[in-house]
Amino acid sequence: MAEPESLSIAPDGRPENEQPRWRQDFPIDLAQDEYIARRDFTKFMVLTSLAFAVGQLWIVAINFFRRRQTGTAAKEIARSDDIPIGGSRVFDYPEAHQPAVLVRLDEKRFVAYDQKCTHLSCPVIPRVQEGQLYCPCHEGSFDLATGRPIAGPPRRPLVRIQLEIRDRRIYAVNVEERAV
Amino acid sequence: MRGARFARHQRKTIVNGILSFVVILVILQLWLLTATMNAYLGGDHSILLPAALGSLFCLLLNVGLLRYVYGLERGA
Repeated sequence: MAEPESLSIAPDGRPENEQPRWRQDFPIDLAQDEYIARRDFTKFMVLTSLAFAVGQLWIVAINFFRRRQTGTAAKEIARSDDIPIGGSRVFDYPEAHQPAVLVRLDEKRFVAYDQKCTHLSCPVIPRVQEGQLYCPCHEGSFDLATGRPIAGPPRRPLVRIQLEIRDRRIYAVNVEERAV
Repeated sequence: MRGARFARHQRKTIVNGILSFVVILVILQLWLLTATMNAYLGGDHSILLPAALGSLFCLLLNVGLLRYVYGLERGA
């Protein structure tokens, strides 16, 4: 004799002989079915948990290898006489295909930022008269003097390129990532 | 036998409780991953290892809970 709890129970709760013929022929143990579904969902959530842990370790690994490789060298990017006040120039730093933008704010002040918007990596465009760097993809704006986000979806400031000026030549010397 | 102590409806209650706990841990891991990514892209690399260890701990806890669920059935 089967255990009472392992018998099939129909969804409407009526006894088996009152059920339609098809259900009598192919009884489904709903309670067991529900139990198995929960158990399998738990297994799926544990697999999701595994994916998150792997992702977390992946970031650690990427950081480890990037630290071993990087050593940003100074690179001449322009002559100060070539850029008028309010003018800008795009250059690659620290590697090729990593565009950055240099802007001359006044007679003595230059700023440079990675050109990738911190929202979804669209290139930002300097709007010097408004004192902003503008991202046309999602209407994001950054303060030109500091690189901090002032409007739109970006939450993190632009990556700043540190500059040095020697003999009227402008050098990019380092990359400064910032969280706030 | 461990699971023989529990009737099926009791096992279902236990699985529901464990599932709730697992879901909370997974949400915690998601939050950890998001926060870590944000910190990493912002240049804060000091948080990476503690966050990874935290996530790993959550995973081990989840695996332990899943093993317990399967253990219930083996004993039944």
